[in-house]
Amino acid sequence: MHALVVEQLRKVYRTGFEALKGVDLRVEEGDFFALLGPNGAGKSTLIGIVTSLVNKTAGSVRVFEHDLDHEPEAVKASLGVVPQEFNFNLFLPVAEVVINQAGYFGIPRREAKARTEFLLKKLDLWERRRSEMRLLSGGMKRRLMIARALVHRPRLLILDEPTAGVDIEIRRAMWDYLRELNAEGTTIILTTHYLEEAESLCRNVAVIDHGRIEAVAETQALLAGLDTETFVLNLRRPLGQLPQIAGFGLTAVDATTLEAQLRRGQSLNELFAALGAQGVEVVSMRNKQNRLEQLFLEMVARGRSGTAARAA
Amino acid sequence: MSARRSPVVQRWYRYWVTFATLLNKEVLRFSRIWMQTILPSAITTTLYFVIFGRLIGARIGAMDGFAYVDFIVPGLVLMAVITNAYSNVVSSFYSSKFSRFVEELLVSPAPPWVILAGFVAGGVARGVVVGIVVMLVAMLFTNVTPYNLAVTLLVFVLTAVLFALGGFINAVFANSFDDISIVPTFVLTPLTYLGGVFYSIDMLPPFWQWASKLNPVLYMVNAFRYGLLGTADIPLSIAFIIIIGFIVVLVLISLTLLKRGVGIKQ
Repeated sequence: MHALVVEQLRKVYRTGFEALKGVDLRVEEGDFFALLGPNGAGKSTLIGIVTSLVNKTAGSVRVFEHDLDHEPEAVKASLGVVPQEFNFNLFLPVAEVVINQAGYFGIPRREAKARTEFLLKKLDLWERRRSEMRLLSGGMKRRLMIARALVHRPRLLILDEPTAGVDIEIRRAMWDYLRELNAEGTTIILTTHYLEEAESLCRNVAVIDHGRIEAVAETQALLAGLDTETFVLNLRRPLGQLPQIAGFGLTAVDATTLEAQLRRGQSLNELFAALGAQGVEVVSMRNKQNRLEQLFLEMVARGRSGTAARAA
Repeated sequence: MSARRSPVVQRWYRYWVTFATLLNKEVLRFSRIWMQTILPSAITTTLYFVIFGRLIGARIGAMDGFAYVDFIVPGLVLMAVITNAYSNVVSSFYSSKFSRFVEELLVSPAPPWVILAGFVAGGVARGVVVGIVVMLVAMLFTNVTPYNLAVTLLVFVLTAVLFALGGFINAVFANSFDDISIVPTFVLTPLTYLGGVFYSIDMLPPFWQWASKLNPVLYMVNAFRYGLLGTADIPLSIAFIIIIGFIVVLVLISLTLLKRGVGIKQ
């Protein structure tokens, strides 16, 4: 079964800006799915329509086979959403925010309190349950938004930039919890600027730009299509002059650091051998960019040149 | 909730829980800030009774066969109900729009009519609480006891419903905190003061009597005055038709706005 099916979704804002230009998207039940795209690509509009925060212009949305137009209550009951921006009553205590949200989903107060306690403990917020929202740190507010989104036990959880502004330790803890939820059967869709997040968490990825889906694929298959990768090589001794090796693009960053661009099919062993033959010894190496980030930039660049060509 | 209950019963139970959650949230909200929400009306009404009732009222004499201080009781109580029911909903719903926590409701399966009922019930609750406080203050200065308790309570609640709905519509269209004070200042206050709170329209020249009858607040004040004192300038049936008619129209407008997401969805 599909957790989400979006067909020919269009959104034209009152200003005339067309944020979505006929988006088609399918997410399988149980998937961990990333929606990638630059700012203004249409990610938040797409999520806004699916979660009933934005009115669509045309097209259809189905969640677990319930149509948003005809069965909005069934669709909303299946969905949990963690928005990009904080949307709390800042003067309410932490626990009350989650209990009220459970109430809006029709969960009786006693049950709502029990679920709130479980989630706040799970997300390390229980000690702050009586604090007013405005007194929480950014990371705590993000975690509370996850607790709030989960209190009605949604089958599909949508997170819009869930770890923006969260420090590394908390981000890792949130990733672990999201993996745990996914393993328990919750379908997860996330948008993120941290492409490492998508590469680390998500099995499938869609790239959206200019209101169109540019690619949908398994994360690993998509990475296999990466045309070039850039590696940073740390050298044992300072370079006298930049080595010239046919087929490899080399750039000197400083006297003991080289950047090497490898196209698909080129071997790192060949590069190391060629460098060794010229007396250059590599002591360590790392990817300059996250691989998905590099792929994403390539795809967006290709998409834009295609759009320009179409416009011309 | 027992799984054995039918889906229809379960659905209505969920609606009830949502409604109760909204009402509870609203009551807690105005109770927490009671010095801003409940106390001012009690103080203002006390001043009205002291100045207009005791000091000036003693020189005015009887009106419609009642001491002036008694005559103004229904209007003052209803004025407090109108102001508080309206301002509770307008400020609560606009705040939820402004700080975007209205999204908590929009993503929930609560249908528009349950959301509307929750906010309106919150406004009615505050109107009723403040109305009771003002009535208690009135009883310190007068000997008024309800002439017809059923009419008194019905007008009391229906008026609160009507103005809570008005506050909701105002909040939907408001784009700033200024917008939520314009209607109370420039529409509600004049309508209330010219709605026969302090005088009987029989005192007015014929043209102004006719003009006063275009003011819906006049019908509410007079119906409430009938409930408390047993006297009114307007037939009771017409007053109820007008109040209920306004409520029906405002409910339809509010639900249409909510369903379309006017002011709350892009």
